[in-house]
Amino acid sequence: MSGEPEFYDLRVNGATHAVSDAWLGESLLYVLRERLGLPGTKGACEQGECGSCTVLIDGDAVCACLVMAADAVDANVTTVEGLSAPTTLTDVQASFLAAGGVQCGFCTPGLVVAVHHLLDTNPNPSENEIREAISGNICRCTGYGRIFEAVRTAREERVAVRARGQK
Amino acid sequence: MTIVRPRTLDEAISALGDHPDAHVLHGGTDLMVEVNFAKTRPVDVVSLRRIAELRRWHVDDSTREIVVGAGVRWSDLEREPLRSLSPALAQAARTVGSPQIRAAGTIGGNLGTCSPAGDGLPVLSALDAIVVLRNRDGQREIPFHSFMTGPKRSVRKHDEIIVAVRWQPTGGFEGYAKIGVRNAMVIAVASVCLVHDPRAGEIRVALGAVGPTIIRARTAEAWLRERCDLRDLTTIGDDLSREFGARVRAEANAIDDHRSTRSYRHHGVGVLATRLLDRARKVTT
Repeated sequence: MSGEPEFYDLRVNGATHAVSDAWLGESLLYVLRERLGLPGTKGACEQGECGSCTVLIDGDAVCACLVMAADAVDANVTTVEGLSAPTTLTDVQASFLAAGGVQCGFCTPGLVVAVHHLLDTNPNPSENEIREAISGNICRCTGYGRIFEAVRTAREERVAVRARGQK
Repeated sequence: MTIVRPRTLDEAISALGDHPDAHVLHGGTDLMVEVNFAKTRPVDVVSLRRIAELRRWHVDDSTREIVVGAGVRWSDLEREPLRSLSPALAQAARTVGSPQIRAAGTIGGNLGTCSPAGDGLPVLSALDAIVVLRNRDGQREIPFHSFMTGPKRSVRKHDEIIVAVRWQPTGGFEGYAKIGVRNAMVIAVASVCLVHDPRAGEIRVALGAVGPTIIRARTAEAWLRERCDLRDLTTIGDDLSREFGARVRAEANAIDDHRSTRSYRHHGVGVLATRLLDRARKVTT
């Protein structure tokens, strides 16, 4: 490895994690999976084409493979593990299961993060906005029909929850 | 030193001055691909992500110029209020990668990488934009057409930071069109930006991915200006628009590669130039 080893802290899912003896060029994807024991974020293309490594950084959905981990210090990173307590499902995860939007499951964590980001920033997205929001997440199993169905279900449930809250 | 994370532009310039071979990192969407595929092994990195000054944009009160900081991201450019201020740049921004890429990648990074297929670059060329560079010795302002010198090559010196890009909006039509194998997540096979300046009476056309640099179709621009008064585009007929496309095509100088062929790219920029001119005619009428 070239250069000096890196030592830094990352704030992931609300907790501070120390990273030691890292190489400067390590991506956030690599550090999450191989150093911090958070394998929910998947890696495939490593060039920002597939979306399977989607995480939230300071509220933005980005590809963890294109983030230099040593540059993510003092940012708030949220991975799929941080969206709900262990062994519980988020509304989006539950709707993916109900709609059959999970087949091999490899793309699912990235899609779940992207859909959470969509519904948190745009509570009632149109069909086109849904398609645009997950256009960076590639799924080779489902043909997307059931994924769109899952997003619609999650959207409608959130709309219903908000309506009940306003009564 | 390995990675510096400056919070001010002065700190960044000083760090880069001390380590002129350092990689400049902003959104990471170009550099990290190189790193992940072991084409680059960074030893020193200067990260610009924390410099608030680079993330800002404004319209100059006296000159009415639009000044966009190098750290403004595609996701900012494709949304209001920038979308209305610069429709062509917003259209180009919308075609960059995926939402995840657009939330990270910056206009300054597009200039820094300086790929002939960079989506923002034909727009900056057609807008006659000026690139603002700064190092320890001071600031220099380079017109885009002198900035890019080849594929991934520019006049930026190793110790210079791209600070901003600025241009005078024309008040006329501006549009960007791109050809790729699909609608989302593609690198341009060919792209065109067309800007109408109704006051100067000119149409400006820049071509992407059909040459070693962005190409301004200046011969076709001059040809059109001689044919009609371009303060008003309603006098342009279908035949003239088609011939304009053919003349734009003649200025392309593309290569065959894994993404497309020279002849298809040349055909493509001709079609796109006619299409954009037709859109400009419709807006005016």
